[in-house]
Amino acid sequence: MRLKLLAAALAASISAPAYATDIEVTHWWTSGGEAAAVKVFADAFDATGNKWVDGAIAGGGGTARPVIISRIIGGEPMGATMLNHGRQAEELVEAGLMLDLTEIATKEGWRDIVHPVSLLDSCTVDGKIYCVPVNIHSWQWLWLSHKAYKDAGVDVPKNWDEFVAAAPALEKAGIVPLAMGQQAWQTNGAFSVLTVGLGGQDLWTKINVDKDAAAAAGPEMARVFEAYGNARNLSKGSTVSDWNQATNMVITGKAGGQIMGDWAQGEFQVAGQVAGVDYTCLPGLGIQEIISTGGDAFYFPKTDDAEKTKAQLEMASMMLSKEVQVAFNLKKGSLPVRGDVDLAAANDCMKKGLAILASGKILPDGNQVLSADTQGQLEDLFVEFWNDTKITPEAAQANFAKIIGDAD
Amino acid sequence: MADTDMATDFTGDHGPKPKKSISGRNIMLYGTLIVFAIYYLLPLYVMVVTSLKGMPEIRLGNIFAPPVEITFQPWVKAWSEACTGLNCDGLSRGFFNSVKILIPSVAISIVIASINGYALANWRFKGADVFFTILIFGAFIPYQVMIYPIVIILREMGLYGSIWGLVMVHTIFGMPILTLLFRNYFTSLPQELFKAARVDGAGFWGVFFKIMVPMSLPIFVVAMILQVTGIWNDFLFGVIYTKPASYPMTVQLNNIVNSVQGVKEYNVNMAATILTGLVPLVIYFVSGKLFVRGIAAGAVKG
Amino acid sequence: MDTYKRPSQLFRNMSAKIASIPMVMTALVIFVGCTVWTITYSFTGSRLLPKLKWVGMKQYDRLFDTNRWVISIDNIIIYGICSLILSLTIGFILAALLDRKIRFENTFRSIFLYPFALSFIVTGLVWQWILNPQFGIQHVVREAGFLSFSFAPLQSNEYVIFGVLIAGIWQGSGLIMALMLAGLRGIDEDIWKATRIDGIPLWKTYIVVIIPMMRPVFVTALVLIASGIVRVYDLIVAQTNGGPGISSEVPAKYVYDKMFLSQNLGQGFAASTVMLLTVLVILIPWAYLEFGGRKQNG
Repeated sequence: MRLKLLAAALAASISAPAYATDIEVTHWWTSGGEAAAVKVFADAFDATGNKWVDGAIAGGGGTARPVIISRIIGGEPMGATMLNHGRQAEELVEAGLMLDLTEIATKEGWRDIVHPVSLLDSCTVDGKIYCVPVNIHSWQWLWLSHKAYKDAGVDVPKNWDEFVAAAPALEKAGIVPLAMGQQAWQTNGAFSVLTVGLGGQDLWTKINVDKDAAAAAGPEMARVFEAYGNARNLSKGSTVSDWNQATNMVITGKAGGQIMGDWAQGEFQVAGQVAGVDYTCLPGLGIQEIISTGGDAFYFPKTDDAEKTKAQLEMASMMLSKEVQVAFNLKKGSLPVRGDVDLAAANDCMKKGLAILASGKILPDGNQVLSADTQGQLEDLFVEFWNDTKITPEAAQANFAKIIGDAD
Repeated sequence: MADTDMATDFTGDHGPKPKKSISGRNIMLYGTLIVFAIYYLLPLYVMVVTSLKGMPEIRLGNIFAPPVEITFQPWVKAWSEACTGLNCDGLSRGFFNSVKILIPSVAISIVIASINGYALANWRFKGADVFFTILIFGAFIPYQVMIYPIVIILREMGLYGSIWGLVMVHTIFGMPILTLLFRNYFTSLPQELFKAARVDGAGFWGVFFKIMVPMSLPIFVVAMILQVTGIWNDFLFGVIYTKPASYPMTVQLNNIVNSVQGVKEYNVNMAATILTGLVPLVIYFVSGKLFVRGIAAGAVKG
Repeated sequence: MDTYKRPSQLFRNMSAKIASIPMVMTALVIFVGCTVWTITYSFTGSRLLPKLKWVGMKQYDRLFDTNRWVISIDNIIIYGICSLILSLTIGFILAALLDRKIRFENTFRSIFLYPFALSFIVTGLVWQWILNPQFGIQHVVREAGFLSFSFAPLQSNEYVIFGVLIAGIWQGSGLIMALMLAGLRGIDEDIWKATRIDGIPLWKTYIVVIIPMMRPVFVTALVLIASGIVRVYDLIVAQTNGGPGISSEVPAKYVYDKMFLSQNLGQGFAASTVMLLTVLVILIPWAYLEFGGRKQNG
């Protein structure tokens, strides 16, 4: 093993034009597909003559983030780190702890190649660019199991209303209509999807972007809450906690459908299922074909070491390059941030997503418009609602309006 | 120092001698013990059995059934193959890091706490009780609150990111309980010994090393058990106050257990769990006897 | 004592003072310092990084207006009381049984003590599994023919905290047993003889004579258990992650989640300040009586 490493290092040092610099990269991508995607980055970076030192921390952002922030304020930062872009890293940037990427961004014309350009705006503070968006993930998908509907003897629904109407038949056949993991972020995400699907883009924008408490308490939202309360009843019998366990219920036909982001696609792929044959994906619940454009981004903490800075910039440039974007996103199951790459290898669901993206029917992601704090409050609200049938939709809506009203 | 000899002929057990081996009372006694033993053993049994099963068997069977086909693959995978991000070397990577963190942390925290306890028990100075009360209060502060201020303190001391910073953190957080233990123990030792040594002209350190330490094996064992357990099992401090090159084994355990993969590999998780717990477990079983002998030796005060 | 001179108050007991420097520094800089720091920043609107942006009592108003915090407090009270009583009782009973000159004492003691060697993360995972209705205890009992048997505390809003308690007691009561055993072994044989001669029943001997003599052991045990209760976090994360819904949330988890997931340091600090104050209100009078009020050595 060590010999192999040595050989690799030797090979790298021979072919490398510049001095090799170690860049430690922290992230929380640890599932099978995610790790494969990271490997694309690592290989591409090593090919530039530098060395990617992997610092994966499992357990999600809650575990990784205190580590990342401690390292940065402790004065021993890593070379690069993943963070959800948008509002989360704002303060680190303002404190002058992050490397300014504006120069390279201008040189390579990031503003022209990144699509949608709002992703780059999320990396921008006071006109300067501080992060590299690497992918687009969208939440607005309803995944349906063909097997479940066949077993129940009904047609696969084409939209949310048909899905609700078909539920009694599924229940009669002993199938859970709606699979839902018990973690807070999942119930919160599903709510947001219902808001867009049933309430429309304007309503969603009014509430999440303009923080309009009156709209949040209004009759249009009341309908969304009613539907959400109804969905709660449809998921009775779904006691799993992880999202991929819930997806597995759909794959095996134990559940009719699941509201989950496009990352669920990877699970169907791993299980050898084919879109349109074994499962159906409905963007925007089949009502409004619209997707949100959240995603992941990399930040580069500032260092005094010129060599390191140079390597950091090389990494930033590598992450946005055409070939890497294609290879990375195919592995990750997400959409590339460049509008000018060809994803011929993409499957049907991904192509649906790409088409919607090209048509411009897009929303910002919840993490881009709401602070982590507000998101946390919403998660608490919805996961409690979902698990306690004593809470009425009306009561939940009142709390919801209050949180939106207090949001900053 | 004739007192120490008393320890050797001390029997260690109390209570009336049982009259018959089979009596109603004995059945009650052993019955209760066995019921409790089942409660305590059940999880270990489940862990071991599960770690020896293949995934298909786990999905079908119940968790208490013994494995039909014993496989050691989960153990191999947990130790050397499980992946975190790009590093596919399982737990093995963290083992020596954990040892490197454990030894100085346990040693330094116990040395400092024993001196604290000794000073508090035998050399009380003005205000000592105030500091001690603050220390006990410190045992109740949630760790999470201290994360950022300690990062800043370590940075200013130039210790952030090094093993010594972590050693200091473990020493600080172990101090309240350990100091309490040592103080109680030293207080319970016969005062005559202390006075006699003082008359012989021994000072602060003289009494400590010649009288107190040799008589305190049991409490050192208890302190060691507490610290080994706490420090070996620590995840949060290890990951926050060091750099990846010195991450302890628990970080890899967390990574293996928390990675959301296609299927949760319960057998690998359980094997990883047992492997990570092995060091404290072994120390428990080895020091168990010392524990008893030590306790007997500690009982000379009568 | 003529070999020892006493020059002045400051230099009196000099070695002890020097030796206590680490303790004094820890007490002042870490525990007092960080507490003051935390309380100060609980009045700010700090988000990701601590900043002195004053917002008055806003964080506290929000805290007590938050359903999750109220539930967390309820849970920690229930968990705390049950855990304290059960740990002390089980610990003492097991120690007393082991002290009855039994066979296989070493084996039993090791069995009761070993769970303490395992982390809360492990404890939570294993018990989550055993209590899982689909393949744990409920499943096994149903397979044995009792089809209506229902035991799924972790899936119930009302009983989930007791499911956590089963795991918590399993992990922690062994250490209490060990401490109690050490205490019992420290009791003089003469006392047992005296009570036997006087004809005092065994149970009464324990309650009236032995337990009062073991006061320091109980104090240590109490501090150990109570500090564990206040800090309970890992166990919840591993076993229930606060669920179902938010019905097994605890204060320490609220603090952690607000600080690091929601990136609202101010709110997290306010919650921890409330935790600290609660502990202080309970602890200071007790600590004063226990440690400060009387001189233990003459």
